[in-house]
Amino acid sequence: MDLNLKVWRQAGPDAVGRFEIYPMHDVSEDMSFLELFDVLNEQLETRGEEPVAFDHDCREGICGSCAMMIDGRAHGPERGTATCQLHLRKLTDRETITVEPWRAAGFPIIKDLAVDRSALDRIVEAGGYITAPTGAARDANEILVAKQASDAAMDAAACIGCGACVAACPNGAGQLFTAAKYSHLSLLPQGQPERFTRVVSMVEEMERWFGSCTNHGECEAACPKEISVNFIAMLNRDYVKAQFKNPALSGQRH
Amino acid sequence: MKTLQDLTKTSDDEAVGSTRRPTNPIRRFWSSAVGKKWVMAVSGLALLGFVLVHMVGNLKIFLGAVHLDEYAEWLHTLGEPALPRTVVLWGMRLGLIAAFGLHIVAAAQLTRMNHKARPVRYQSRRDYVAANFASRTMRWTGVIIALFLLFHLADLSWGTTNPDFVRGNTYDNVIASFERVPVAILYILANIALAIHIFHGSWSMFQSLGWNNPRWNPIRRYFAVTFAAVIAVGNISMPLLVVTGVVGK
Repeated sequence: MDLNLKVWRQAGPDAVGRFEIYPMHDVSEDMSFLELFDVLNEQLETRGEEPVAFDHDCREGICGSCAMMIDGRAHGPERGTATCQLHLRKLTDRETITVEPWRAAGFPIIKDLAVDRSALDRIVEAGGYITAPTGAARDANEILVAKQASDAAMDAAACIGCGACVAACPNGAGQLFTAAKYSHLSLLPQGQPERFTRVVSMVEEMERWFGSCTNHGECEAACPKEISVNFIAMLNRDYVKAQFKNPALSGQRH
Repeated sequence: MKTLQDLTKTSDDEAVGSTRRPTNPIRRFWSSAVGKKWVMAVSGLALLGFVLVHMVGNLKIFLGAVHLDEYAEWLHTLGEPALPRTVVLWGMRLGLIAAFGLHIVAAAQLTRMNHKARPVRYQSRRDYVAANFASRTMRWTGVIIALFLLFHLADLSWGTTNPDFVRGNTYDNVIASFERVPVAILYILANIALAIHIFHGSWSMFQSLGWNNPRWNPIRRYFAVTFAAVIAVGNISMPLLVVTGVVGK
């Protein structure tokens, strides 16, 4: 198939960027979107031009490295799919495909399509962990967890931290990422001791970098793991609850 | 890396600083966007209640002048004889002013924050999937409602834009106002904006309050659609039926 690739080129963080159009001839429709960029970069290098910088790693949808705004949608038109698993056969209806980097204050552009997503790491550092003694793991069935609770925690834990939620959000909010990283711990017994300090520190860190959630739902639609906005409601609920929790009573069960 | 709060230098955030939040629990809650959204949901819920009660009361226009004027008078006497005349009414008015104030200030500050969160916009056209017309126009429908509210007060509370206004003659004042075609159109358009605002707001508030339960979640959308439709039909029926001459003197 033939198509035109319209790609955002920007030499560095403070450089002025612009779109370049690259005609791609006779590419296989079974290529993934990243393979299309591999082909383009080989052509560019052959011509002595600067290849397009873009992030990628596992190419099987689990690392969260790839990040492209494809025709106005984070990770392109295919639902529940990261850029690496988007195949050109899904895009046969298009003559020109426009590709832009994620755009958010918390995701400054490094070069071309590569952005710095370390703000997401700052949020996890603020509370996306549990404090547990090291050593041999406890028996898995020592703590009982309801099936529905562990399923929900697993749904949240599916987050690969790609940042598509922020990229897709009209407000540039990081609520779905934060909610996922918060919920996968706070829905389980092991996450309870730090639950209410965690929610406050993660939300406050999130708001240092990203906008506010107004419940559009674009994040859920863009998420390659289809993480639900239900987790955002849980995050909001616990943030408000945390305001009224007395930490001294947190050891009490009831 | 510059944080959003480095970029957002409002007087409120200057006190917040880039790493430290206020120690006063109320100020700290307000300094958070999640906190502000909670305030918007609670004030929005209060305003929804007001809008519904306001509509139900005003529909007495269809029962005639005696019923509407009697209802208007009753509002002034609420709380008597335990409290002097209009004390309860003024209490409710102050509550409404507070709800409107908090709702608008929070919205303005969050909008500012959201603009700072994406200083460089996407250079190609966005293809929205989930965001709808209502959710994306909240700040415009909100501004329209706020401006309309000022006109509405001038028209039917203060009488400044209504030459035939006579204080206390509620029914006659409303009829005299709605008989003017441009005014009736203004009321109808403003209520369409209100219904669109309510359609997103009365769903969104459940998320902001954290009222989320898989069993009940589908009901939230029905609630929003029904609430918006009831308010639209009820409120628009009044100027529409007066301007078309179905209801009048």
